[in-house]
Amino acid sequence: MVKNDRGFQILAHVLLILMGVLVVFPILLLVMASISAESDIIKYGYSLFPKHIDFTSYNFIFSEGSIYHAYLITVIVTVIGTVASVIVTTMISYTLTVPGLPGKQILSFYVLFTMLFSGGLVPSYMSWCNLFHIKNTIWALLFPFIFVSAFHIMITRTYFQNNIPQEILESARMDGLSEFGIFFRMVLPLSKPIIATIGFMKALMYWNDWKNSLYFVTDKQYVSVQALLNNMLTNVQYLSQSMDASLGATDMVNIPTLGIRMAIAVVGMLPMIVLYPFFQKYYMEGLTVGAVKG
Amino acid sequence: MSKTNAFVKIKKYFPFYLMALPGIIYFFINSYIPMGGLILAFEKYTVKGGIFRSPKVGLSNFKFLFSSADAWLMTRNTIAYNLVFIVLGTVVAIVVAYLLHELKGNLPRKIYQTIILFPSLLSIIIVSYLVNAVLAGDTGFINNYILIPLGIDPISFYSEPKFWPFILIFVHLWQMTGTSCILYLANMSAIDSGLYEAASLDGASRWHAFINITIPCLVPTIITLTILAVGKIFNSDFGLFYQVPMNSGALIDVTQTIDTYVYRGLMNTANLGMSAAACFYQSVVGFILVMITNHLVKKLSKENAMF
Repeated sequence: MVKNDRGFQILAHVLLILMGVLVVFPILLLVMASISAESDIIKYGYSLFPKHIDFTSYNFIFSEGSIYHAYLITVIVTVIGTVASVIVTTMISYTLTVPGLPGKQILSFYVLFTMLFSGGLVPSYMSWCNLFHIKNTIWALLFPFIFVSAFHIMITRTYFQNNIPQEILESARMDGLSEFGIFFRMVLPLSKPIIATIGFMKALMYWNDWKNSLYFVTDKQYVSVQALLNNMLTNVQYLSQSMDASLGATDMVNIPTLGIRMAIAVVGMLPMIVLYPFFQKYYMEGLTVGAVKG
Repeated sequence: MSKTNAFVKIKKYFPFYLMALPGIIYFFINSYIPMGGLILAFEKYTVKGGIFRSPKVGLSNFKFLFSSADAWLMTRNTIAYNLVFIVLGTVVAIVVAYLLHELKGNLPRKIYQTIILFPSLLSIIIVSYLVNAVLAGDTGFINNYILIPLGIDPISFYSEPKFWPFILIFVHLWQMTGTSCILYLANMSAIDSGLYEAASLDGASRWHAFINITIPCLVPTIITLTILAVGKIFNSDFGLFYQVPMNSGALIDVTQTIDTYVYRGLMNTANLGMSAAACFYQSVVGFILVMITNHLVKKLSKENAMF
C-alpha cells in the first residue's frame, strides 16, 4: 500500500480541500456581503467579489448603541455564568469523591437521573416563569437549562478520582486547613486542566446561547448578541425600528438593512475566529472527553 | 455514645454537604420541579390554578394530539432525520477521520482539521445567516450566480419543501463532521501500526487494509456511539429545524419535529395542552429509549455506559 501512495495522498488532499472550501465559502460570502454596497446587493445579490467595497453597514452599527449593549450583555452573562458554573460544578463533583460520605450513592443518583429523564420544555418554561418569575431578568440568561450539567459533574468527578491523591488532602487536614480551604487552595489548583476544559465548554455555551433569550426575554435591555441576530433574522427591520428614535425619519430610507444584518453576523462571529487558535487545544480535549457520553 | 458519634459525623461531613448544596438546589429547580410539572399534560392550564392545581382533564390532551396529523408528522420527521444523521454522520466522520489520519505531514492535517472543526463553534443563528446568504430567493448566491447565469429560473427555496431534507442534512453534516470525526481519529491513532505493516508485506491494498483492519478496530466505537444516538432519537436540534428554515410555514411538512411542535404550541396559549402532551410523549419515550440503549451499551462496553 506504500507503493501507490502518491495517488491516495493526492486524492486525500483534493477531498479535504473540497471540504475546506465548503466550510469557508459561506463564511467568506457573509463577510463579503457585509462590505458590499447596499445597492449592489439588491441588484446582484450576495457576491464573493463585490463591485463596490462599502463600509456603510459597519458605520451604522457602530454609530448606534444596540451592538455595544448586546456585547456587554453577552460578555457579562458569559463571564458570570462560566465562573459560577465552574465553582458549583467542581464543588458538587468533589463531594462525590469524598470517601465514606453518608448519602453519596443517593447524591450520585440524584445528579445522574437528570441526564436520563427530563420534564422537557413546557414544564420547565412554566416553572421558571410562574414559580420563579424569571422572565425579562438577567437570571433568565444564566440559569435555565445551561447552568450546571450532570455530564460535566461526571467527568469532573472522574478527573478528581484519578488525579487528586487522598493522602495530600489528609495531610492538609492534619495541618488544620478547613474543608473549604482544602477545596479552594489545594483541589482546584491541582485541577486546572479539567477546569479549563469544562470552563471553555461552558463559556462557548453561554456565548452561543439564544434559546433562553427566545423563551424568556422580550425586554430590549437584556438582548444579547445572539438574540439581536435572531431578532434581525426574522425581522429585517428590527434594528432600523430601534434606530427610529435616534435618526430623523428622512435618514430611514438610507439604512442598508441587508448589509447591516450581515455586518452584525460578522461582528458576532469575529471573536470566535480571532480566539479559535488559542483555545483549539481545550476545545478538542473537551470534545474527546465528551465524545462518547456527550 | 451513638448520639455524640452521630454529632461528630455530621460535624465532619457538614462542609461537604454545604459544597454540594448549590448544585442540589439547582437540579431541584431546573430538573426535578419540571419533572413534576409533566402533570400539565393532564390538565387544562389556568393562570389561577398554576402548574399543579389546574383542572384535571384526564387524557383529553393526548386524544387531541394523537388524533391530529401533527403527531405522526413530527414523530416521522424527528426519527427519520435522526436516522439519516446517524448513518450519514457516521460514514462521513469515519471517511474524514481516515483521510486526516493517513495524510503525510502534521501541518496539513492540522490545517484541515482546524478548518473542518470551525463550524461547530458557530451558533445555529449564525449558521442560519450563512444558509440565508446562499439560498435567499432574491439576493442569495445560488440564484444570482449559479441558476440565473445558467438560464434556469431562480428557486424560492424558503417556500419549496422538496429541497429541505437535503439542505438540513447538509447543514447538519457541515456543522457536525468536525466534532464527530475527532473520536474516530483518536481511535485510529491507537490502532497497532504493526497490523498495517504486516498487511502491506502480504501485498494488501490500501482499500483492503481499510476494510479489514481500520473498520474492524473502529466497530466497538461505532456501535457504542450509534446506540447512544438511538437513545436520543426522539430529540432534535431545535435551532436546525426552526431557525435555519427561518420558521417558514410553507416548509412545515419537512421541518416540523417534536421540539419545534412543542415550542410553537407553547407560544400559542390555545395549544398549551397539546404542547404539554407532546412534551410528555417526548420525555417518556425518550426515557424508555435511554434506559434500553444504556442497557445495551453496558453489555457491549461497560466503560461507556452512563450508569
